[in-house]
Amino acid sequence: MPSSTAPETGELSRRRFIALSGSSAALAAFLAACGSDSGTTTTTATAPAKSGGSETEQFGKGDIGILNYALTLEYLETAFYADVVKSGLFKGAELKAIEKFGKEESEHVEALTAAVKQLGGKPAPEPKSEFPLENAKSVVELAATVENLGAAAYLGQAANIESPEVLASALAIHSVEGRHAATLNLMLGKSITPDGAFARPADAKTVLKSVEPFIVG
Amino acid sequence: MSHPELAHPELAGVEVIDDSGDLSRSEVLLKGALAAGAVYGTFMVGPYVRRALAMSGGGDVDILNFALTLEYLESTFYREAKTRAGASGELKNLIGMLAADEKEHVNALTASIKQLGGKPVAEPKFDFPYSDTAGFLKLAQTFEDTGVSAYNGAGPAIESKEVLGAAGSIVQVEARHAAAIRIQNKEEPAPEAFDPTLDEQQVLKAVEPFIA
Repeated sequence: MPSSTAPETGELSRRRFIALSGSSAALAAFLAACGSDSGTTTTTATAPAKSGGSETEQFGKGDIGILNYALTLEYLETAFYADVVKSGLFKGAELKAIEKFGKEESEHVEALTAAVKQLGGKPAPEPKSEFPLENAKSVVELAATVENLGAAAYLGQAANIESPEVLASALAIHSVEGRHAATLNLMLGKSITPDGAFARPADAKTVLKSVEPFIVG
Repeated sequence: MSHPELAHPELAGVEVIDDSGDLSRSEVLLKGALAAGAVYGTFMVGPYVRRALAMSGGGDVDILNFALTLEYLESTFYREAKTRAGASGELKNLIGMLAADEKEHVNALTASIKQLGGKPVAEPKFDFPYSDTAGFLKLAQTFEDTGVSAYNGAGPAIESKEVLGAAGSIVQVEARHAAAIRIQNKEEPAPEAFDPTLDEQQVLKAVEPFIA
């Protein structure tokens, strides 16, 4: 995670650009081009600009809220992988892969925590979580669900992020979540790109609702 | 720290540089791509890419044209690979899917550039130096990882939220491709917790060897 301090000009110009640009014609064109898939793409792709901000504000204002929202998800992923490792359901190469992914999620937790502090915010607390770990197959299925959702969550926030430095970090994490998701999909014999050539974003409301069952207490 | 790219014998020269230990992975990735070009004897400067930058409507159009050049490269690479890579079974299916995805990216970027009032860069002619499945897979890994790093590097410079969202939706797919190709190469699908970024100049240098 790039930890450099933000060059002010970069931040300013990006904010300004966001304010000045963003013609919906461009969006319409791009989505039309992305097109064949379905109307769902259009709906979900427009979601972040409209609703992402407000939903993440429960975690803090602006970028701090987005980072804390991401931190909460990364905490859940880290706890999930730790539980899976402990479950004894996996051995050998599979266990190694799970440990590796878990370690990467914990690095995301560290980086996001540091980023929140750097912006002067208070890092979100680690949620207490519980995951159903019945058998190897159901665990990989849940892992795939969580990773695909995580990737979609980052994608859903990208356009809401104000600071170019925060955006750079979020993008560097986002593609790693995509790599994890593809790997798990492959383990299940599913398509590595379930949305086709263009990944779909998920807004914070949808994501939080999906992870709610795993948060206890 | 492991650098899977360096496992390739033809990139052996790069390892010496990496011994300093202070190179970022992206630098290694880039150097790997450059070394591959040098070894294969296709190391030459492609005027196309710089022209793509020079012709510019500015801002997002530049970035989209830059992305379009990369997508042309990947699209052509996989289209050719359908008959050139000597693949069968699962890999053959994967190549077909990758070719289709990259083609869709080309179409979407082209349409988007036009919509923004820009002129899409012309498709360069490419030259991909490989002669067997293993050679194809090595190049594929370089291209997919470079593609991810390129989009991630360009992301913060994108002005329009809509273009950023679209680029994000493409880069996630490139990352998924990269993971699948790396698995084919028996390498870590997600070698690092943070994907490295490459800036435009680094990416252009990395792909120039493959532009005829």
